[in-house]
Amino acid sequence: MTDDPTTTRQSAYLNASLREGTPRLVGAGPVPALATRGVTKHFPGVVANDRVSFEVMPGEIHALLGENGAGKTTLCNVLTGLYRPDEGYVEVRGEQAAFHSPRDAHDAGIFMVHQHFTLVQPLTVAQNVILGWSRRRGIWFSPRRVEREIAEIAEQFHVPIDPSTKIWQLSMGEQQRVEILKALYRGARTLILDEPTTVLTPQEVRQLFETLRGMAASGTSVVFISHKLPEVLAVSDRVTVLRAGKAMGTVRTADTDAKSLAHLMVGRDIMLGRKGSSGKTNAAQAVLSLSDVSATGDLGTPAVVGVCLEVHPGEIVGVAGVAGNGQRELAEVIAGERPHTAGTITIAGRPQHGTPWEAIDAGLGYVPEERMGVGVAPGLTIADNLRLKSYREDGHGPLLHAKRGLRNATELIERFDIVARGPKTLARELSGGNVQRLLLARELSSHAKVLVAASPTRGLDVASTESVRQLLTESADRGVGVLLISEDLDEILDLADRIAVMYRGRVVGVLDRDGADIDHIGLMMSGVAS
Amino acid sequence: MIRFAAREKVPRWLNYAVPLGSVILAVIVAGIFLAATGHNPLTTYKNIIQASITQPGAFSSTLVSMTPLLFTGLAAAVAFRMRIWNIGSEGQLYMGAVGASGVGLLLHNLPGPVLIVAMMAGGIAAGTLWAAVPGALRAYLNTNEILTTLMLNYVAANIMYYLIFDSNSYWRDLTSPSARVFPQGKNLASTANWPPLQLGSVTIPFGLLLAAGFAVLLWGVIRSTKYGFEMRVVADSPPAARYAGIKTRRKILSLMALSGGIAGLGGASQVGDFSHVLDPRGLEQAGFGYTGIVVAALGRYNPVAVVVTSFFIGMLVNAGYALQGPGFPIGVTGTMEGILLFCVLGSEIFTRYHVTIRAPRRATAIRPVPKPPAAVLPASAHEEVPS
Repeated sequence: MTDDPTTTRQSAYLNASLREGTPRLVGAGPVPALATRGVTKHFPGVVANDRVSFEVMPGEIHALLGENGAGKTTLCNVLTGLYRPDEGYVEVRGEQAAFHSPRDAHDAGIFMVHQHFTLVQPLTVAQNVILGWSRRRGIWFSPRRVEREIAEIAEQFHVPIDPSTKIWQLSMGEQQRVEILKALYRGARTLILDEPTTVLTPQEVRQLFETLRGMAASGTSVVFISHKLPEVLAVSDRVTVLRAGKAMGTVRTADTDAKSLAHLMVGRDIMLGRKGSSGKTNAAQAVLSLSDVSATGDLGTPAVVGVCLEVHPGEIVGVAGVAGNGQRELAEVIAGERPHTAGTITIAGRPQHGTPWEAIDAGLGYVPEERMGVGVAPGLTIADNLRLKSYREDGHGPLLHAKRGLRNATELIERFDIVARGPKTLARELSGGNVQRLLLARELSSHAKVLVAASPTRGLDVASTESVRQLLTESADRGVGVLLISEDLDEILDLADRIAVMYRGRVVGVLDRDGADIDHIGLMMSGVAS
Repeated sequence: MIRFAAREKVPRWLNYAVPLGSVILAVIVAGIFLAATGHNPLTTYKNIIQASITQPGAFSSTLVSMTPLLFTGLAAAVAFRMRIWNIGSEGQLYMGAVGASGVGLLLHNLPGPVLIVAMMAGGIAAGTLWAAVPGALRAYLNTNEILTTLMLNYVAANIMYYLIFDSNSYWRDLTSPSARVFPQGKNLASTANWPPLQLGSVTIPFGLLLAAGFAVLLWGVIRSTKYGFEMRVVADSPPAARYAGIKTRRKILSLMALSGGIAGLGGASQVGDFSHVLDPRGLEQAGFGYTGIVVAALGRYNPVAVVVTSFFIGMLVNAGYALQGPGFPIGVTGTMEGILLFCVLGSEIFTRYHVTIRAPRRATAIRPVPKPPAAVLPASAHEEVPS
């Protein structure tokens, strides 16, 4: 993806430090645009950041690499004034800064683009850019002037966007550009991007990287937060690796490779992916079949349109797509939580009429996208959550079998490696990875014939991701038909036997894994190819 | 400055120490209030104890005051615990009284035990049906049950008044000329009187025994039945309940019906145990339903704890009647009730948070940030737990 990052990046870096005017000397190098010095941040029970120090030079793209939960987000919240560090401080252009709010950080030119966009859908790009930004102007809002200014900045930084478009008309990639523009318009000198590629197609990712390089070339510093190694290698000048709240070191991207970064990040070598494709698209009767299924979304607009899909026993079918193209609704329709307006759904030979209990009865295991609050009741104990569905089998009478529940829970906690004080721990006290293991423990220990898993590894650390993927593979090997819905294309390519690509509620194509080409899938995801 | 940090684990003793401490605090604060209004706190407290426990017959009348509060307290506790905000015990109790007195009048020829059971059934049925209306609206149309149950209280009160004051209904006594001028309900036959239990000098109303039995039964239902489990899931997270294949709407409707049934039985007990007549004015002035919410809140919606709290509120109510006079308006006991509720509910923060008070640091240091509540911590902070 990079032509020759090191030379171009390096020169921009030097130019930038020269442009800074008279660089004050700290040691021997130029003054960092932004730095943390020994930042420590505690939360009840955890040290989210432990004496973290790192520096971002002017015009540099600096990656913060770490697993989910390594403390990246906390560090950013410190950098942007959302949190104040318990110890240590933030330094801006060589001077200690005490941010009391994000506003202070904005004044220092530090802006953040969050993973979830903060845009108002019915407003235009220009309106969103100036929304809440009252500085340096009177009470009058001149749309034309703002639009002109925005267009200028867009041109300068190569962020192609029409300022008069309404947000809802834009793709996720374009919306992200609006977020970046917003920061630039407000005078960003350092831009922090939190996992910016999650919602993008591969093509959009490349475009984003171009934009970031352009910004860096004109002297803006970029902090790029990610847990994806290839992206970090492709776009950054230097990488700081965080692990368990500690900065493990900063390296020049040119001097490192994926393997050593991964080692630094996880502390051991990692192996992901399904070992040895079972590759069985067998002729057996499908355990899950959808024909011409349609459903409406939360706003009453069509969300799933005429979907036909079959999952056979022992097979993993991956559903790929950019977030928000009907995948969540598809999962809910199969689980009976969202009524289907047309078509038929059959689970293990039993036709469904759109109620959750029917689907459970027929043998559906379901890992919903929203784990806390849907898949798991946060205020109940682990034991209660583990028998959320199986309690019905406690004899025929009205009584619960309390002892059996606890015994069963103890066993499952052991078998699925759920880290908790005991079966009576409340689910809300568990970490994300453990919540997901709890959910999978319940769904896989039942006698499910079909498992629908929606974004099952999102937000999990590397170790948990690994174990969740392994559990999915194992259940497929036991003969369960698995429908894996994920926005992580790599995950689908790693695990799925067949890949269905969704775009605007339709399945635009189903590919065999072996014949799948990532670029082609990318085009399908953006509706260009089928 | 004061810092609040969410407790990760609540020590067991705290669950007992905090409520106890809060009651002591309430006694002190109420004492200050009494002193400020010109009453000697110690004498007043002594009088309260005398009027509600130690005087001859006082204990029995406290039990009488407590009986309807235990019913409505249980009705509120069972609903509120499952996050169904049934404010309608008041109206459900009225309708229970209407139902029980109607059945009692209609079946006056039957032998006592059969008649009493029929009255209970009548009270429960009337309360259940009255609560099922807002229950169904909530379950199937998602209306706000706080508003509907509250409004239906006024409807129920008007129905009750209509039966006695504004119509020649079956409930109204029309036998004597004076009863035609001063409307009142028909008296029930003496076979319809619920038999109290006499233990030495203490009289325990039959309804109280019934309610206490219900308290234990409800506790068991919540704790160790499939129904209780399902309700716990619905209460904690309705989407999770739906996800687990629980028919949440039916559960909500049935819980409202259960809550209403208990309140209705409370109404039946008022008729059968005490008044032996449908007495709209007495029922409305007593406000058992609303006080029941206080009773349930003090008992933290635990059915067994409600037995204890209804006793305490019963004491206060009873003492209020006894102490009432020109120098001691009834509002004083109401205020004391309020102080008690405020202290007990307010102190809950001490079980959930670790509260520390310390002097602010020197001015040069950066002010520490109050910790955000656990819910808004970034995912990363939780993920950090070694897994």
